[in-house]
This record gives sequence, C-alpha cells and structure tokens, in this order.
Amino acid sequence: MNGSTTLPPNRVDRGGPAQPLLLVRGLKKHFPGRRRLFGRGREMVQAVDGVSFSLAKGATLGVVGESGCGKSTTARLLLHLIRPDAGEIIFDGEGVGESHGIAVRDLRLQMQMVFQDSYSSLNPRATIADIIAFGPRAAKHMHRRQSRERATHLLEQVGLQPALYAHRYPHELSGGQRQRVNIARALALEPRLLILDEAVSALDKSVEAQILNLLFDLRRELALTYIFISHDLNVVRHVSDRVVVMYLGRIVEAGPAAVIFGEPRHPYTQALLRAMPSMDPDRRSTAPPLVGDPPNPIDPPSGCRFRTRCAFAEAVCAAVSPELGRVAGEHEVACHMMVPGSGHSRTGCGQ
Amino acid sequence: MARFVAARLLHTVLILFGVSLVAFALIHMIPGNPLDILLPPEAPKSVVDRLRSEFGFDRPLYIQYLSWLGRVLRGNLGTSVFTGREVTHELLRALGNTLVIAVPAAVLGFGLGIALGAAAAFNYGKATDRLISAFVILGLSVPHFWLAIVLVILFAVEWNLLPAEGMGGTGGFPTSWDSLRYLILPVLTLSMIPMGVVGRMVRSTVLEILGNEFPTALRAKGLMPRRIVFHVLKNAAPPTLAVMGLQLGYLLGGSILVETVFNWPGCGQFMNLAIFRRDIPVLQGTVLVLASFFVLINLVVDLVQALIDPRMRR
Amino acid sequence: MADITALQPAATAADAPRGAAGRSYWATVGERLRRDRLTVAVGGVVLAIVALAVFAPWVATHDPLDGSVLRRLQPIGTPGYFLGTDETGRDIWSRLVYGGRLSLFCGMTPVLLATAFGGVLGLVAGIGGRLLNSLVMRVVDVFYAFPSVLLAIAICGVIGAGIANTILSLTVVFIPPIVRVTESLTRQVKSRDFVEAARASAAPMHAIIRHQVVPNVLGGILVYATSLVGISIILSAGLSFLGLGVTPPDPEWGLMLNALRQSIFVSPIVAALPGVAIVVTSLCFNLLADGLRSAMDIKLPT
Repeated sequence: MNGSTTLPPNRVDRGGPAQPLLLVRGLKKHFPGRRRLFGRGREMVQAVDGVSFSLAKGATLGVVGESGCGKSTTARLLLHLIRPDAGEIIFDGEGVGESHGIAVRDLRLQMQMVFQDSYSSLNPRATIADIIAFGPRAAKHMHRRQSRERATHLLEQVGLQPALYAHRYPHELSGGQRQRVNIARALALEPRLLILDEAVSALDKSVEAQILNLLFDLRRELALTYIFISHDLNVVRHVSDRVVVMYLGRIVEAGPAAVIFGEPRHPYTQALLRAMPSMDPDRRSTAPPLVGDPPNPIDPPSGCRFRTRCAFAEAVCAAVSPELGRVAGEHEVACHMMVPGSGHSRTGCGQ
Repeated sequence: MARFVAARLLHTVLILFGVSLVAFALIHMIPGNPLDILLPPEAPKSVVDRLRSEFGFDRPLYIQYLSWLGRVLRGNLGTSVFTGREVTHELLRALGNTLVIAVPAAVLGFGLGIALGAAAAFNYGKATDRLISAFVILGLSVPHFWLAIVLVILFAVEWNLLPAEGMGGTGGFPTSWDSLRYLILPVLTLSMIPMGVVGRMVRSTVLEILGNEFPTALRAKGLMPRRIVFHVLKNAAPPTLAVMGLQLGYLLGGSILVETVFNWPGCGQFMNLAIFRRDIPVLQGTVLVLASFFVLINLVVDLVQALIDPRMRR
Repeated sequence: MADITALQPAATAADAPRGAAGRSYWATVGERLRRDRLTVAVGGVVLAIVALAVFAPWVATHDPLDGSVLRRLQPIGTPGYFLGTDETGRDIWSRLVYGGRLSLFCGMTPVLLATAFGGVLGLVAGIGGRLLNSLVMRVVDVFYAFPSVLLAIAICGVIGAGIANTILSLTVVFIPPIVRVTESLTRQVKSRDFVEAARASAAPMHAIIRHQVVPNVLGGILVYATSLVGISIILSAGLSFLGLGVTPPDPEWGLMLNALRQSIFVSPIVAALPGVAIVVTSLCFNLLADGLRSAMDIKLPT
C-alpha cells in the first residue's frame, strides 16, 4: 500500500513515462433505438462516433461538452461497461480485449471510475467499510481482515475518520462525505487511472472545493492519472492539463488547457467559453452564444455536426465531416476553417 | 400503435396456445391410464374401444393434442363422460348463468371500489379515509364463501327476507322481482373482493398522483376542484383498468365457491360437479374456455390502456 | 496546482458522532415497525394464533376427532363445550385449535415454497440476458392466464385431494406472481448505479448478485410474500370447502365450514365460527403486510 517499495502487479509501469497511459482510437458506440416503420431497420442513437485521444501518465485530461454529447458514454466505453461497436483502447501499450493484450478484468483493476450521483452509486444496504472492501474481497480475493484494514486505511486517506464512518450507512452521510467514500471505493483496487464522471457536479461549491483539493493530494501521493469529465468549464480549467471538447459524440477540439481556454479555435468552443458566467464586466454579453436547437443524436446533421448552429457554416460543412487536425503543437481542431484547401471560404483567417 | 397492437396480438395467440397445452395436459397429469379414469372398471369392451378410438389414446401424444385442438377450434369440446351430452352446449348454458351474477357483481364492485377508493384518497388521513380503508381491507380478508354463508344466515335464516339458494325461474336473466330476489345475495357476495381490490388500487394510485405536483399546479391555475378530480381519475385509469381486467377473470373463475353455496347453476358449479364425477372432458373444456376468456379480457385491457396512455406502448 | 482555500477538512455534518455502529436499513425498518402500534398489535395476534395452533394439544379441551351424535350441534356456552359442538358432536373449540395447525400449515407452506422457487427464478430472469428473460417470462405468462382459483381447483381436481396435493397446487398458483415481482425488482436494482460500480470493480458476477442485488430485492419480496399468506389461507380453506383439500375427519377451517353448512338453519353461529377464524387470521396477515410496506417505504434523508 502507500509507501511500500514493491508495487502490486496491476501498478507496474510497462512503457515508461513517454508511453501514453491511455490511447483511444476511433471509439464508436451506436445504441439501437426503436424500429423504423416500413422496415428501414432501426433508428440508431449515435452516442459516440469516432473518438480518439491520448493521455499521458500523471496528467489530467478534462472532457467538456453539453449534456448528451457522449461524455459519460465514452467513460463507460473506456471501462468496458458498455461494449464498443468499433475502435481500440490501448492501455499502457496493451490493447484491451485483444488476444495478446490486456483482459477487461485486468483493465478494471487498473482503471476505476467515480460516479456523479453519490447516493445511488452506493449500496444502501451495506456499511461504508463493506462498500469499500467489496472490490478487494470480490475481485482480488483478499481475506476479510485484510480488506477491512485496507478500507480503514483508505478512509483515512480521503479524510474520513474510520472510527466514525466505517460502520455507518450511506443514508447517514452528507453528499460530500459520500463522494469521499466513492473516491475511497475507486482507489481500493489501486488503479492507475481514475475517471471522474461529473464527480463534483452535484455538490455545493464549498464542498466541491474540498473534494477537488482531496483529488489533487491523492494524485500526487498515489501517482494517479485522471480523466475529469464535467460540464463546468471553470472547474475543468482549474484541474486539467489537457482538455478535449466534445459535441454530439465527436471531439471538436483538443489541446493543452491553457491553449483551449486562451485561444479556442473551434466555433463551438468559443461559444461555450462565451457562455461562461464571468465577474468581469467587460466580458459579459447578453447575446445568446449559440443559435438553433441542439440536434437529435438519432439523426445528426450530415458532415460537420455543429453546422446547424454555426455562424460560419457553408456548403462544404454539410458535405464533408471535418477530421481532427493539428493546428499548432498539441492543439487539434476539427473544423474546415482550419484546413487550407478544404473548400471553406474562411480558411487561414483563424479566430 | 399499430406495431404495438400486432405484437400484442401475436403474444396473445402464443399464450392461448400455451393455455390449450395446459388444458390438454390435464387429463394426462392424472396417474394411471386415462381410460381407467374415464370409465368404471365394469364398462363393456365396446364402450372402452369406442372411447379409445374417439380420444385416440393409442396414438402419439402430439397427434392427440393436434386432433383435440382441431376439434376444439371447430367448437367441439367433447362429450361429457357422465351425461353423454355435448360439453359445448352445457358449458355455454352454465356460462350464461354465471354471467348473470358475474356482470352485475363486476359493475357493483368496480363502481363502489372506484367511489370509495377516490373518496378515501381525497380525504387522506381523515376519519373517512381510515374507515374506508378498514372496510376495504376487511373485504379482502374475508373468504367470500364464508361471507355467503353469513349472508344466507342473516337474510334467509334469521330474517327470512331472501331465498337461501337456487336460481329461481328457468334460467337466463331474471325478468321479475321474484326471480331477481335470488340474484341479490350472490351478486353482493361476489362483488366484495373486486370492490376491495379496485378500491385499494384506486386509493393508492390517486394518492400517488396527488403527491405529484400537477394537481397543485392545476389548482394554482384556478381549475375547479371537480375538474381536477376528473383529471386525476383519468391519470389513475391505466393501473385501475388492469386490475379490473384481472378481477373480471377472477369473477369468472372464482365464482365456483359462491355458486356452491348458493347452489347457482353456473359454470363454477358445472366444474365442481365435473371434478367429483371425474368428468375430464368437461373439466378440460371449462378450464380452456374460462382461461381463454381471461386472456382475451387482458388483451382488451392492454389495448385500452395503450389507447389512453401512450407511454404504455412499449 | 493552486490550492483552493481549504475549509474545514472532513466536515462532520450536522450529526454528532453516533458511536461506532450506524443504523442499518433493517434496523430503521424495525424501529418504525415498533412505533406502529397497529402493526405491533396485529403481530401479537398472529403470534397468539400460531401459538394456539402449535400448542393445540395443551389448549384444546377435547379430542377433536371424538364425536357423539348425542351431543351434536350444541350451542355456544354449553358447559364443557364452550363454543358448541359440530354436526357429529365434536367440540368446536378443540377442532378450531387443531384446525389452525392444518390451515396455517397449508396457508404458509405454499408461500414459502413459492418464494424460494419463484424468487430464484425471478432473480435469474431479471439478471439473465434477453433470451433467458423472455423464456422464463413467457412461460410465467401462460400460467398467469389462469385465474388463481381456477388453476388451484383444476390442479387439485385432477391430481386429487389431500394436504400434499393442496400445497403443491397452491405453490404452483403462487409461483408466477412471485416470479413477476422478483424479476421486476431485480431489473430495477440491476440498473442502479451501485451495481454498475460493482461491475466496474471487476468483481465476479456471483459476488455482485450476492452482495449487491439480493439484499436490495429481499425487502420487496418479503412484503409481497406476506401479503400472499392471507390469500393462501383463504384459498386453501376454499379448496377444503370444496372437498379438494384436507379430507375429513381431519379438522381444518374450510372443511369445517363445508360440513357445518348443512346446519346453518339449526345452529347458525356455530356454523359461522370457522369462518371467523379464517377472517381474523387472514386479516392479520394482510395488515402485517401493509405495516411492513409502510415501514419499508422510508424516504431516507440525504
């Protein structure tokens, strides 16, 4: 555990710091909806449609986007809680689910998730200690006493006194305390990567601050890598090294946090940032940042999915889907305006 | 909607198929040779042979089933071993008699149930609610055949107001007060359980709806209480309809006990006699018809529910 | 990273430490039940009835099978036979008490068996894939197509009377509804977040079912099964009433009702007594089920 010199097998670093911990390519998931009339097959909800990114060890990746953009589905695809229709996931150099790669079960020992709804993600019939100890006991076949000790240790790590909380039940805890338990539960299996799916979104601001501090400390102490999913841009800016912006199942922009928030290139990102409430009187505006209705994931617009709400949409945007292309250094954008020769009239103008 | 109806019809056909299998299997569930069961041991060989060939007991099981099914679908439910008469004919007559008490019992039970359940829900917590709830739960705990006996004791024995048993008259729907008197106690008895079940369902459903915010919103909009009640009841309709459908089935099948007490010649008594006489064809036919009725009632209920509440269409 | 102004670490929330052990869900339910006076009273009555039945040999005043035509149909209050005698001269009180044994046994056993069998089946159907689920639920649907009274009577009519057959037929009648309720509950629980979290922890399926699913489904099944006991007692009495259940001369409430039916003109109150026993017992179980349901329906504070 903490401070031991030999790492357990699921924490061994296989590729060294240069190899990305997580490499995702072309991840797709379409959910079958209702059957169409007249035998045209089924309607498909295109929840995730070709997501690719890489995540370096020790970094924090922020994932932002509106509700329904596919953030949570992506998280579940990474953990294989939902089976991807297409694409590959490579964890520290090993493909997930492949014959020579890493099995899903072993993947889960290295990658864990903290859920948003702190109440419903805890078994109401189990004590806090049992909840945290469940993973090690069931998945790693630890003895009861050992797993209890581990649970106690983890409670201390997340800032809950074991003597007070180990034998309590979820309904006796506050929202912030439950999220700490969630974090402890996720850490019980000693993962290397933690996915935080809106983990602080349901908390009061002051409690949110405490939890974020806790997460910073843990990242340092346990050498963790985070994927931080949120719709709250302020929080994401604060915690992330790298940010990925999703829209309707696709990534539209990716890059270092400072760049994304400082010089956003994609019209959607720009709109999102304009919509952020600000204390600065010069930055306030009453104009709506986006026009049009959010489109239907069942029937997304052809070509660039954002074009129905984009002020700069042109014919090429409907005809061809823009690929995620490198703009500068680590900054990638999926927009025809960034690609010279794409057919868009505004290439090279840059925003 | 059309898709839902088609799926539901297919489902119903499959269920009816299963029901027919069970009904057919009844005769084969009895240990021993079916022929021995149907006939007394001294039966002459000619009768035995005739029965064997008629029922086809020497042929493989699935052929027996298919030929039985074929006969049934053409309306021939076999011949009663005991009386020698056509089962179909007798059953229809008995069924008619049962309907004479079942339908009024349903109307009475459902009507009272809805009224009482709604009254209890709208007066939640007050004495009215407690009283009605107590009454309802009592109605559900009372074995109706015992209630029948008690009613007979009270009205026929002690006070001599109403006849203790029998149907009076020649059958069919009563046309005079005299034959109507025979109807009152059986209908009253039969209506108790449906009233209880429907009342309980209406009460809990209406309470749940009132717990939502939309009635308060309607009130805030200035809608008169009477109209609000109407809206609430409309929302409470789907589960209540489901329960009513089930109760109709119960009335048809469960009337056997009440009919025994009142000596009412309905299909319940018909089945009772069949059991004691080991008249398997009658038993098979009755079970098949009653169960099929039940399945069809449920189908209608499902369709009506889907019509009222679009969310029900899967 | 810049530190957000740290506030009180690990806020203790409004509750002062309540000692090492928290209050489990079931402990909370138990406390709510204790405070519900009606349910406590009803529970006491049930226990009393069960005790009377269990201790029948000590509580009865006479041999329930010992009858003499000379004593037949004595009214209530007859010295020595304080509840009267039945149509063959047997003591009603003794027969009621002994009859309680059979009536309770035939009432509770089918529910227990059906819960064990149907509960497992419903669990499997709820957790299993679409094919398994469809298979199980369609078969259940077929049995559901028969009104319960009809099914019980048909089965007993075919396989014969007797205690074992009654229990068998009632068990068959109760399995479909239990399977339905269990399957529905299981599916609901299966889709809750904490089950997903358990799956994400690489735990094997059987551990998830045992620790996460079952504890959360048990409560609902318990309430439903308790409500079925009241119905079961009435149904088994009904079967005996028709001569399809317990066979004479064994005492059983439904059977007694049937036998005494002939005597309603002579001794009406005595004839109705077994029914009172049925009503009281069934009523108590129904109220118990209601009380249990209310106690379990806590809106737990966040």
